[in-house]
Amino acid sequence: MTVISAMPPGLPLVLGALLLPLFGLRIRAALVLGLPLLTLALIWQVPDGATLQVAFLEYELVPVSGDRLSRLFATVFATMTFACGLFALNRARVIELVAALLSAGSAIGVSFAGDLITLVAFWELLALSSTLLLWSAMTEQSYRAGMRYLVIHLLGGALLMAGVIGHVADTGAVTFTAMALDSPAHWLMLAGFLMNAGAPPLSAWLPDAYPEASPTGMVFLSAFTTKTAVYVLLRGFPGAEILIFIGLYMIFYGIVYALLENDMRRILAYSIVNQVGFMLCGIGIGTELSLNGTAAHAFAHITYMVLLLMSAGSVLYMTGKRKCTDLGGLFRSMPLTTICGIIGALSISAFPLTSGFISKSMISQAAADETMAIAWLLLTAGSTGVFLHAGIKFPWFVFFQKDSGLRPPDPPLNMRLAMILCAFLCIAVGIWPAPLYAILPFPVDYDPYTRTHVIEMLQLLLFSGLAFFIMLPYMKRTLTITLDWDWFYRWLGPRAISQVTQVLSRWHAHSRIGFLRRLGSLFGMLFLYHGPQGILARTWATGSMVLWVVILLGIYLVAYYY
Amino acid sequence: MKQHWLVRPGTIRLLWAVFLFVLALTALAGLFTEGRARFGIDGSLAFYAWYGFLSCIGMALVAKVLGRLLQRKDSYYDRD
Repeated sequence: MTVISAMPPGLPLVLGALLLPLFGLRIRAALVLGLPLLTLALIWQVPDGATLQVAFLEYELVPVSGDRLSRLFATVFATMTFACGLFALNRARVIELVAALLSAGSAIGVSFAGDLITLVAFWELLALSSTLLLWSAMTEQSYRAGMRYLVIHLLGGALLMAGVIGHVADTGAVTFTAMALDSPAHWLMLAGFLMNAGAPPLSAWLPDAYPEASPTGMVFLSAFTTKTAVYVLLRGFPGAEILIFIGLYMIFYGIVYALLENDMRRILAYSIVNQVGFMLCGIGIGTELSLNGTAAHAFAHITYMVLLLMSAGSVLYMTGKRKCTDLGGLFRSMPLTTICGIIGALSISAFPLTSGFISKSMISQAAADETMAIAWLLLTAGSTGVFLHAGIKFPWFVFFQKDSGLRPPDPPLNMRLAMILCAFLCIAVGIWPAPLYAILPFPVDYDPYTRTHVIEMLQLLLFSGLAFFIMLPYMKRTLTITLDWDWFYRWLGPRAISQVTQVLSRWHAHSRIGFLRRLGSLFGMLFLYHGPQGILARTWATGSMVLWVVILLGIYLVAYYY
Repeated sequence: MKQHWLVRPGTIRLLWAVFLFVLALTALAGLFTEGRARFGIDGSLAFYAWYGFLSCIGMALVAKVLGRLLQRKDSYYDRD
């Protein structure tokens, strides 16, 4: 028992990932499906408090420290690794599966990290394995997007590392607990965490990178990085008010950009930013209800986001097309994918009887309880916007709208099973929230299914639906992208640098000519005086030497007389 | 080719009728909620209906305006 409970739950995934390439299809499939289940079992063996301590330099590291919050996040990470593994089985490259299991293992490692050094180690491993996951799509675009992803995440890692070093220097402790924003070190750590959450201004990495992954790769990617950031913010900075403002920005940024987007998986990438915005608001509000709501919403969100991306991934896998302008009318030949996509879309919109309904309402309720009128109004408007951009827009443009003429069948069996599993989870949690409420960090005293709340939510969502269909002529998809903050480092930066280098090289060429001319005349002068025939360097006759001595002595003699 | 029943004009008309009926129903059902006027404005008649509708229209318009400024051809970055 003690040996098992001291085993880092993420370890089997990380080690197993490295063994995958050694085996054939069958054993590999067994590992991809079996390891997450083994991990799940290990997660629930971890008791409260530190179970493993290791001395490192002069610090006491705690690689495994359990509590309700760690177990909750690790549970959903492991469950979704299983579901995504099932989805990707026999479809994804081995390298993609290796990277996926590595990132799952490191996300679970972060969830149980009791100290900041362990946290940073798993944090960096997550960034590296996610980059590998992106690159495993093996396209030119995924290589470039992966590079940009890596740069941003290494920058975030460096900020976090600097913050951790400052924190350790200030306090002498490496334990990872709740912190106040009272020192530059803590601000740096917050910035490092926010970078992974997709917070502004550097949020563009998410919609830039994820849609370049393979159809199965993006399903994995969506599950770990941003939600690990939500977890560390939830533990490290509960009640930090600035997170409310950042969260609200992310909510509306996600909606507006998703409304303008044409690539179906980029629409969903924007809605990840939007949903993480809701979670940051919950963390910023900081009451027990809002923190519970955030944790529950993270759980629900990972499940329905994975489901949505599985249905989008299936469409991409079967048709090879990703733009709304090329898609449409797929409900005829892909009924299961359509239904699962709609279930995911209803869950993300927080429709009653789905998982989003029982989790997101806790966050809005907490804002109302704290009489944050503006925040509550904006969160409510944000909820309608989610229905607008993800709840209706995604299924409408992919599965309905015009008939694109495409008639692909539903995807292979393993992909269908994975979607059914996630759809089942979305609805089961929505109908029967008690088991999820039971594992939340704080005791739950909240009933989402009051008559008032259900009617309010139905009004909100159905009338947003009406707005969508009224505005449909304005929603027509065009072959466009929307510029984001990444324009500064993808367009302006490279051009500015090439401008500067051009000016510098022109100046260099000019000044080089002038410099060489001046150098040449200098050498000429030196040669004149000091060269072999130069007046100062040539050999003089002994006679002239004697003559000069006589002259000097003569002058001396004359001077002496006076 | 025979049209799928879901896209026939008759079905679409029927769907619209059902949708509008359900909308009216939910708006009416608002009369039977415990009007929670926590901030004043949210106690108004069918608050969630009109607030949801207007905020969606608002967001779609903001997106439209922002799109004018920020939308580019989707090959914009490909030249690099």
